Amino acid sequence: MALSVLVADDEPNIVLSLQFLMNQAGFDVRVARDGEEAIAMIEERVPDLVLLDVMMPKKDGYEVCQTIRNNAAWKDMRIIMLTAKGREVEREKGMAMGADEYITKPFSTRYVVERVKQLLGA
Amino acid sequence: MLEGWVILLVSFGYLCLLFAIAYYGDLRADRGRSLITPAVYSLSIAVYCTSWTFYGSVGLASQSGLSFLPIYLGPTLTFVLWWFVLRKIIRISKRNRITSIADFISARYGKSGVLSGLVTVIAVIGIMPYIALQLKAVSVSFNVLLQYPDVATPAATATVPWLADTAFYVAITLAAFTILFGTRHIDASEHHEGMVCAVAFESIVKLLAFLAVGLYVVFGLYDGPGEISAAALADPDLAPLLTLNNLGQYGQWMSMTLLSMAAIICLPRQFQVTVVETTDERHLHKAVWLFPLYLLAINLFVLPLGLAGRLTFPDGSVDADTFVLTLPMLGQQEALTLFAFIGGLSAATGMVIVATIALSTMVCNDLIMPVLLRLPALQASERGELTGLLLGIRRAAIVGLILLGYLYFRYIGESYALVSIGLISFAAAAQFAPVIIGGLFWRGGTRAGALTGLSLGFLVWAYTLLLPSLAQSGWLPAGMIEDGPLGLGLLRPYALFGLEGLDHITHAVLWSLTANIFGYLIVSLQTRQSPVEQIQAHAFVSVLRTAGPYQGLGYWRGSITVADIRALVGRYIGHERAEREFAAFASANGLSLEAGEAADARLVGFAERVLAGAIGTASARGVIGSAVKGEVLGMDRVMEILDEATQIREYSRRLEQKSRQLELTTAELKAANERLKELDRLKDDFLATVSHELRTPLTSIRSFSEILYDTPAIETGERQQFLDVIIKESDRLTRLINQILDLAKMEAGRMDWNLADLDPGGVIVDSLNATRGLIRDNEVQVDVDLPGWLPPVTADRDRLIQVLVNLISNAVKCCARPQGWVHVSAKVRGRWLRVDVVDNGPGVPPESREQIFEKFHQIGGALPAAQPGTGLGLAICRQIIQHFGGRIWVEGAPGDGATFSFTLPIRPTEDTRAAAQ
Repeated sequence: MALSVLVADDEPNIVLSLQFLMNQAGFDVRVARDGEEAIAMIEERVPDLVLLDVMMPKKDGYEVCQTIRNNAAWKDMRIIMLTAKGREVEREKGMAMGADEYITKPFSTRYVVERVKQLLGA
Repeated sequence: MLEGWVILLVSFGYLCLLFAIAYYGDLRADRGRSLITPAVYSLSIAVYCTSWTFYGSVGLASQSGLSFLPIYLGPTLTFVLWWFVLRKIIRISKRNRITSIADFISARYGKSGVLSGLVTVIAVIGIMPYIALQLKAVSVSFNVLLQYPDVATPAATATVPWLADTAFYVAITLAAFTILFGTRHIDASEHHEGMVCAVAFESIVKLLAFLAVGLYVVFGLYDGPGEISAAALADPDLAPLLTLNNLGQYGQWMSMTLLSMAAIICLPRQFQVTVVETTDERHLHKAVWLFPLYLLAINLFVLPLGLAGRLTFPDGSVDADTFVLTLPMLGQQEALTLFAFIGGLSAATGMVIVATIALSTMVCNDLIMPVLLRLPALQASERGELTGLLLGIRRAAIVGLILLGYLYFRYIGESYALVSIGLISFAAAAQFAPVIIGGLFWRGGTRAGALTGLSLGFLVWAYTLLLPSLAQSGWLPAGMIEDGPLGLGLLRPYALFGLEGLDHITHAVLWSLTANIFGYLIVSLQTRQSPVEQIQAHAFVSVLRTAGPYQGLGYWRGSITVADIRALVGRYIGHERAEREFAAFASANGLSLEAGEAADARLVGFAERVLAGAIGTASARGVIGSAVKGEVLGMDRVMEILDEATQIREYSRRLEQKSRQLELTTAELKAANERLKELDRLKDDFLATVSHELRTPLTSIRSFSEILYDTPAIETGERQQFLDVIIKESDRLTRLINQILDLAKMEAGRMDWNLADLDPGGVIVDSLNATRGLIRDNEVQVDVDLPGWLPPVTADRDRLIQVLVNLISNAVKCCARPQGWVHVSAKVRGRWLRVDVVDNGPGVPPESREQIFEKFHQIGGALPAAQPGTGLGLAICRQIIQHFGGRIWVEGAPGDGATFSFTLPIRPTEDTRAAAQ
């Protein structure tokens, strides 16, 4: 069974590109448009990794990250945070929340795919 | 026959009788059985009625009817209405052992020696004419009497050599008697009970004499007051005297009343009898009605006598000031004439005795003592008694004062009527009123203010009254009265600065009191009080609220011994008396009087007050000061400490002020800093947001470019889709950059606006055309509601279209699916054009209605994900509309939708202008 990745972002075009990249890498991909949808989809079926945008409506990426890390059942889940906010403090905050990786937009597609593969041991 | 020797003998006998009374009064006082009853006290105040009253009032009444009255109305008003002022002055004076009016004023303003000196100088110069008046009256009446039974006015005395001048001998005699009355006591204390008794007796004599003459003339010479008034009314010269219809006199009445209200307090002799000589404050209760009653009685026959005089001597050959004598003389009433003369003598001697005693005390304590105290022989180290010296000084002062009065009489006074001379003195004494009244009720009056007010008032008085009197007597060029000094018309002493139409006295009173009061007030407000001034000001103003003797002099903390200070006081008041006074004070306050012990602060304060009773407040302060000076904590040191305390208080006041200012500045700085921080944070946020907004489309562009680059074998459909994203996101990026630049320009005020008069209808139609594609793609129904004609507005066409396109696009993107509709309308509301864009979308929650016009504020999910905004559109709209002078806002719409509205001012055309008018 394929490893599963959840893409959570409110920017449709970015979602489109990430979806394409993850499919191409052979992962099972699902998409959430905001923070609450992301949590709902995780609860429905736990993915192996979340590509999590920070600036999302309803619940931002930090909150989603915190929710995941506070749930022992989801402790194995990998989290990569994506953000268009370039400041260093945001990165530190994300890492402190328990993210495995913090990538600033615009990103290199190759790097993102590489990091996802590494984190999933694929 | 009234031979000269008879008159002299009777006069001398009368003076001896007075002396006997005084002697007895002093004797009773020494034995502790005072003769001073409330009635005696009230009668002594009647020393106010001098020969001016006795002879002068009749003279004045014969010339101008009732205008003599204000001089008695004033004191009556003061006693009846202002008795509380007198009570306050008496209370203060008793507590502080005040010896004179100079002493009183000086004590109020920080025990200032300069001030008491100034008051003394003013009093001496001011009262000199008044004493001259008495000498004139006595000598004139004596000369008139000598011619008995012939009724004639004797020649002016100035032509007689002074050794043959009656007035000179009168002066010498009066000086001798005054010395006997006033300085008989060895201990130079402040009370002269014997003198008070004598003066009270004189008041009875002059009243009885005047009433006797009045009764004789009215009922003896004439047939009652009815006949006199009937005769007067029949005489065209005299009839106006019985009426009050002269309008020009009201000002004079006012000023005279005011002047005499002040005089009854401020004349040194009145202060002496009313305040200094008071043995019991309660006596005032009786005086409040008895003294006005006395004034009424002595004025009863003034007008009838004046009229009778005019009727009897119609040719004017007899001086009206002598009617009181000449009328009984005419009737050959020998005894009555002599009695009248004795009455006049009483009035004159009473005034001279009391006035010179009061003035000599002032001269001694406030002019001579301060100088003598600087002499080494009088320093504290010396032991000899000084009471003899004090009495010597006072006796010399009495002789000097009476001689000064004589000189004024001989060289100046001849040219004036009695009343005019008296009024000059009244005006001088009135100069004390502002500083006294001010000092009693206003704590803020300062020494500098009092000095300024008194000096100014005195100078103006001297210029407007004393100088002209010298000029009229030929001592100064007479031209200065008519043309002003050096021909300066503005400086004419009787019409200063062009003020004409007033009598001389009213004119002088107006100017001098104005200068006095304003000088006093302004300088007082501009200067600060020294510690002693503050202490005294408090003690004076609140004397009625503080009980018991005033203890505020505790600042004497020098370590003088009891023996030393008692010896010091003894030098001035006599050792025996000092011993008595100290013993009484010690037993009353439970103090020990061991000779070698250091004197208690209260005892030193007491010693100063006792001393003040003998030599005045200012001098007493000096004496005690120099005595304590040699010790560890001398007067100077104590004053220094007090001054330091004042300085420290001032310093701390300034510090407090500074620190308050600093606090204020700090708060302002903090606020400014907070604002800066806030601005910084906003800028930071803005940059982060801009960066985020730029990165987002850039991310898509980069991602798809890389995907297309890395995946050559991609399907054509997908490639097409990805390229489309790249193009759209590039557009978005471009739009965003343009908007950021626009907004920056607008905010910085550097935008180029192409303003023109626009037809709003056309602009709306153009905007709808520009969004036609978007409308079609979204399958939205758009209605437009425009009236046939809309007034023009002034705006930049492209920018206005930008606003409308933005609002229409937002509405189209947000409205409901599938049945979305948008309604665009325009209408005129007053002087405004109003445009509404209504949709049936989800609406804007009330709490966000302000925020959505701010930069990068997007409410979650407002726009469909496929058509993201930049977050700057509405912010730019607001900038544009505000620039055109309008307003933009959002409200709810029927159903769930939103109504975006803006207004623009209508350009005033001829039509609208006309409508507006």
